[in-house]
Amino acid sequence: MVHCTKSQARANFCAAEGKNHFALAANQSSMATVKQPDFGVKEIMDRIVPLKDIVANRRNLLKGFGAGALALSFGGALAGCGGKPEPSAGATIAPTGEEPKLNFYNWDTYIGETTLSDFKGASNIDVSMSMFANNDELFNKLRAGNQGYDVIVPSNDFVERMVQADMIVPLDHSLIPNMKNIDPSFADVAYDPGRKYSMPYTWLVLGIGYRKSKVKAVPDSWKLLFDSDEYKGRIALLDEAGDLFRLCGRYLGKSVNELTPADIETIVAALIKQKPNIKAFHQDNGQDLLVKGEVDLVLEYNGDIAQKMVEDDDLDFVVPKEGSQLNSDSLCIPKGAPHPKNAHAFINYLLDAEVGKAITSTILYPTPNAAAKALMPDEYKSNPVVFPAADILAKCEYAKFRPDMQKLYDQGLTRVKAA
Amino acid sequence: MQDWKQNRRTFAAMSSAPLVWLLVFFLVPLSIVWGYSFGTQAGQVGIDISGTFANYARALEPLFLGIFVKSAAVAALTTLLCLIIGFPIALAISFATPRWKPWLLLLIMLPFWTNLLIRTYALLSVLGTKGFANQTLGWLWTHASGVMTFAGFAPLAEFEPLPLLYNNFALIFGLVYVHLPFMVLPLYAALDRLDKSLIEASLDLGAGHWTTINRIVAPLAAPGIISGVIITFVPALGAYLTPDLMGGTDSQMIANVIERQFKGANDWPFGAALSFLLMYATFILIAFQALRNRKAEARI
Repeated sequence: MVHCTKSQARANFCAAEGKNHFALAANQSSMATVKQPDFGVKEIMDRIVPLKDIVANRRNLLKGFGAGALALSFGGALAGCGGKPEPSAGATIAPTGEEPKLNFYNWDTYIGETTLSDFKGASNIDVSMSMFANNDELFNKLRAGNQGYDVIVPSNDFVERMVQADMIVPLDHSLIPNMKNIDPSFADVAYDPGRKYSMPYTWLVLGIGYRKSKVKAVPDSWKLLFDSDEYKGRIALLDEAGDLFRLCGRYLGKSVNELTPADIETIVAALIKQKPNIKAFHQDNGQDLLVKGEVDLVLEYNGDIAQKMVEDDDLDFVVPKEGSQLNSDSLCIPKGAPHPKNAHAFINYLLDAEVGKAITSTILYPTPNAAAKALMPDEYKSNPVVFPAADILAKCEYAKFRPDMQKLYDQGLTRVKAA
Repeated sequence: MQDWKQNRRTFAAMSSAPLVWLLVFFLVPLSIVWGYSFGTQAGQVGIDISGTFANYARALEPLFLGIFVKSAAVAALTTLLCLIIGFPIALAISFATPRWKPWLLLLIMLPFWTNLLIRTYALLSVLGTKGFANQTLGWLWTHASGVMTFAGFAPLAEFEPLPLLYNNFALIFGLVYVHLPFMVLPLYAALDRLDKSLIEASLDLGAGHWTTINRIVAPLAAPGIISGVIITFVPALGAYLTPDLMGGTDSQMIANVIERQFKGANDWPFGAALSFLLMYATFILIAFQALRNRKAEARI
C-alpha cells in the first residue's frame, strides 16, 4: 500500500509500506505540477475579494448555484496535465474488474487536496466528484433513483432514513479491511448497527461559536441563545428546523430524540419570545457571520468554527454544559451504483491511516479514524474545539431519524418566523 | 397579416416543435406536481395520490394564509418602489440622445445579465455591519467628528454601524434592487414609442410638467406600466433567495415555506398545494389584467 500525503508529495517523497518499494519520483513530480482539483471554484472566488464569503465550507457553499452542477472531473484534469500514471502505482490496489471510473458525491471542501489524484495513482480509477450542499439535496437527488453515483456521504440520521427508504446497499466488509482503523466507539452505532451500511468519515458536534472579545464569560449554556437577552441582536441560529428544536429540547432537559408534540408547542412559544433577541437564522454559514462581525454568538458545528479559528484567533467554540447533538457523516454506496467494487476500494482507501491523515489535515474536522488521528500533530489531537472534553461529549446524542416529527419541526419553525 | 388557416401545413410544421416542448417539459411535469397536491406522503419516497383536499385545507389555515398575505404585501411594496424609482429612469432614457441611449440601456441590462446569487452576495458585502456602506458612513462620521473638534465643538459619539442587513429593510432593498430592470425595461419600451409631439403640445398649451406627466404621459404609457407591474410583482411574490440570505428572523416569504416542504419537511404534496395556490393567485392577477385590457379595447 502506497500512501501519498500532501506534505510528502511536496517533499517529492512517498513512503511505501510492506515489501514493494516503488520508485514514484516521476509520478510525484508530475503530480506536483497538476493544478489542484478545487482550483477552479476556490481560487477564482478567493480572488474576488468581496465575494469571498461565497466560498466557505462543507455545508453552506453555493446553496443556490445548484452545487450538483459543479461536477469536477479530477481524472480528466489529471490526464490533461500529468499523463498516464506509472504502472507501478496501479499495482497497489488490485484491479476490481470494473471500468476504472467512480462517481463520488460529497460535501464541498470535504476531501484532502491530493486524495483523489493519489487514489488514481494507486488504483488507476478516475474519480469524478460532484458536490451537494445539504442532506436534503442529497436525498432528493437520489429519491427518484440513482443517476450514477457510487459513493455518497450522508449524515447519520440520513443513513437511517436512506436504509428505511431502501436507497443504500449493505457494504461487503471483506473488501474494507481498513475498517480496523475505525475508533471502537464508531465501530457499532445505533443508527447503523454493525456498520452494515456505512463507514464513518467524520463526526461533528453542534455548539456555540463566539467572539472572545465580545463576551463577558464563556457562553457555555444554551440559555444565552434560546432564553436570554444578554446578547440581544448579536445571535444567529441555525435555520434547520430539526436541529433547532432538538437543541431547544436539550436546553429544556430532554433527550434530543424524545421530543413530543407538546414539547414542540413549548419550544415554539420560547423561540417566539426569544425572537427579538435573534439577529438571523443562518443557512449554515454562521462562521462567516462571526468572522464578518455580524453577530458574536452563533449556533454552529465545531469543524466550521475550527476552520475559521485558523484565520481569526478571536474566535472560539464551546459545547454548552446541557449537552448537544452529534452528527457523523458516513460513506455509503447508493442502490444501483454502477461501480460497486470500485466504491468499496475507494471507501477502503479513504479509511487508510495516511490517507485519513491527509484528509483530516485539510478539512480539520474530528476524525473517527483512530489510526489517522494517531498520525496527526498534537495541536490537532489536543484541540478542545475539535475534540471537546469527554465529560461534555458524554452528554451529547446522535439525532435519530423520526419521520413523524419532521413536519412538526418544520411547521414549528414556520410559526416562529411568521409570529 | 396572413390568417394561419390559409396555410395549415406550414403552421403545423412550425408550431409542432414548440408545442411538443411545452407539453413534455412544462405541462406534463406541472400536471404531475398538480397530482401530488391531491396526495399524501407515503413512507420516505412514495406519494399516494388519493384525491384528498387536505393539503389545500391546511394551506388555507391562518398561519399559511398570513404568510401568503405578508408575501403579497412585500411584493406589492417592492413593485411600488420599483415603479417610483423606475419611472424617472425610463423617462430619462427615452429622452436621452441616440448616442447615449444604448449605453444607458446597457447599464440597466448589465445587472440583469448577472446571476442573482452573485448580485445578492455583492449586496451582502455592501450592507453588512462592516460592509462598504457602513465603512463609508463610519469614515464620514469620524471626519465630521474631527472637523467639529477642530471647530471647537464636542466630538460626535462613536459611530454605531447601521443595521442594514438581516431585517425587513434589507429584504425590500434586495428585492427592489433585483427587480428594478423588470420594471424599467417595459416602461422604457412604452415611453419610447410615445409620440413626443403630444408632450410638446401639452406644454405649449399651458400644462405644467407634473400635469403633463400625470395626464398625458402616464395614461399613454399605461400598458407599459401595467405589464411592468405584473412582471415585477409575480417574481417578487415568489422570491426565496433574497429573504433567505438578506432577511431577518421575520422575513420569511411563502416561497421559503414551499422550499422547506420539498426539503426538510419532506412533504411534497403540501409543498405542491402551496405552489399551486401561489400559481392560481398569479393566474387570477393576469386574467384580471387581460379582462381589463379587453374592456379598454372595447371602449376604443
